[in-house]
Amino acid sequence: MGGPEWLFFLPMIFFQGVAKIYDHLSPALEDVTLEIKQGEFVSLAGRSGAGKSTLIKLLIGEEKPSRGRVFFGQYEVNKLGSSELPQFRRHIGVVFQDFRLLPTKTAFENVAFALEVEGRAQREINELVPQVLDMVGLAEKSKNFPHELSGGEKQRVAIARAMIHRPEVIIADEPTGNLDPFHTAEIIKLLEKINQLGTTVILATHDKEIINNLEKRVITLDRGRVFRDEVKGKYILV
Amino acid sequence: MFTIVFRIVQFGFKGFRRNGWLSTATVAITILALMVFVGLILFRVTTQHAVVSIQDKIDISVYFKNNTSEDQILNIKQSLENLSEVKDVNYVSSDKALELFKTAHKNEQVISQAVNELNTNPFQASLSIKAQKPEQYATIARYLSAPNLSNYIDNVSYAKNQVVIDRLARIIDNVNKAGFTLTLLLSLIAGLVVFNTIRLAIYSNREEIGIMRVVGASNALVRGPYMVEGIISGAIAAVASLIFIAPAIYFASPYLAVFIPGLNLFQYFIANFITLLGYQLLFGIGIGALSSFIAVRRYLKS
Repeated sequence: MGGPEWLFFLPMIFFQGVAKIYDHLSPALEDVTLEIKQGEFVSLAGRSGAGKSTLIKLLIGEEKPSRGRVFFGQYEVNKLGSSELPQFRRHIGVVFQDFRLLPTKTAFENVAFALEVEGRAQREINELVPQVLDMVGLAEKSKNFPHELSGGEKQRVAIARAMIHRPEVIIADEPTGNLDPFHTAEIIKLLEKINQLGTTVILATHDKEIINNLEKRVITLDRGRVFRDEVKGKYILV
Repeated sequence: MFTIVFRIVQFGFKGFRRNGWLSTATVAITILALMVFVGLILFRVTTQHAVVSIQDKIDISVYFKNNTSEDQILNIKQSLENLSEVKDVNYVSSDKALELFKTAHKNEQVISQAVNELNTNPFQASLSIKAQKPEQYATIARYLSAPNLSNYIDNVSYAKNQVVIDRLARIIDNVNKAGFTLTLLLSLIAGLVVFNTIRLAIYSNREEIGIMRVVGASNALVRGPYMVEGIISGAIAAVASLIFIAPAIYFASPYLAVFIPGLNLFQYFIANFITLLGYQLLFGIGIGALSSFIAVRRYLKS
């Protein structure tokens, strides 16, 4: 766990009695209350369909909860309108299983886009992007388009894009789902490094090995409910 | 602010270039729609020219009694010219009428001889009157039937030709109305075709729009580049449509001139090229930008 001790007293993310119901027979989330503090590294565990992705969608405002409230810093996420969401999302960096890079932009441009949306100056962009691409080990591939990159490389571009604007939290939804074990280890190492620099990391995964090796807080979801929440968690089959 | 606008334009141009296939398809469809549009404009010009040339052939003539002096006729001419319905009044004196008759029949000996043997001029002085619009002849004819004029006027040709004139007036009116409706309808169809093409192009980009939103792009930064792409397609298509349609007009022009005398469509096309280009740009850019604006909106909700 990185960052100075006092940071852990600041509640950063707070779910209060949250439910999300698409289908009444099996709610995606039911009565979820949890708190994540600044600087934490939290793994969200559980099998597919347990509610990990729904939790993340509610956190970034892609979906609205059916019941309950979602807080992020000063924002009450469930109340944000579509014109307030862009501003709010600049506090977050998101990494997805399917990378979600812009296909008509190069690696450089994909990473630069996260700064461009904030209206940063071109000079600043030209300076920062190569630094971050270098950090994820892709300095030489900056002019390549996503379809010219391997899965692991694409995911590193996505991480570079997620972290370049120094968000308060990075959310990774099954970031290693499409990668082989070698690239998986690489990506997890990168996330740990980012966490050590003070950024909160939320990692959703169903990979038992990743969770057991991390030895950090694990929130296990099962059928839409919080099943376990342990400070030094292990992957528990439910 | 400037940075945002600059980036929107830059993204628009890059997107247009990198979405090569999609951009080409959009431009191609827009070219077709704009060719329909300019075709409709030229169709309107042709029918209007035809209508005017028919209208020009309609007039009514007033024949004066032989004892009416030229001054009195000119007075009546003056009073007719003051009517708002009257476009043009032409005075033909009895001498002029005789002369016209002689020139018209100079090759027909029997007629010429017969005319020469007359001691008096059998032709009456007349005024031929053209109205602004064909349906106004009735009003003019009513004016001429006023009692104070009956001392001078022998007869008015309108009474004889009334049925024909009225029918022509109705036909002209219908041609104008139908032409206008057709133009409106086909422009609407052309517009909808372009709108749907752009909607499909943006539908195929819906994931990208979602990604931009998740990364935190404002609505303007997401929507702007697509609108710039729409404007580029519209502008290219506007120029291309005129280039493609020019040879068609060049070859069709002589054939149209046969049907409608005095119409040189190609010359009209060249003389009004800038205006036509203006219309094409307005329509092309307008439909491109508006379609993109509307098409992106539904993906900006989440």
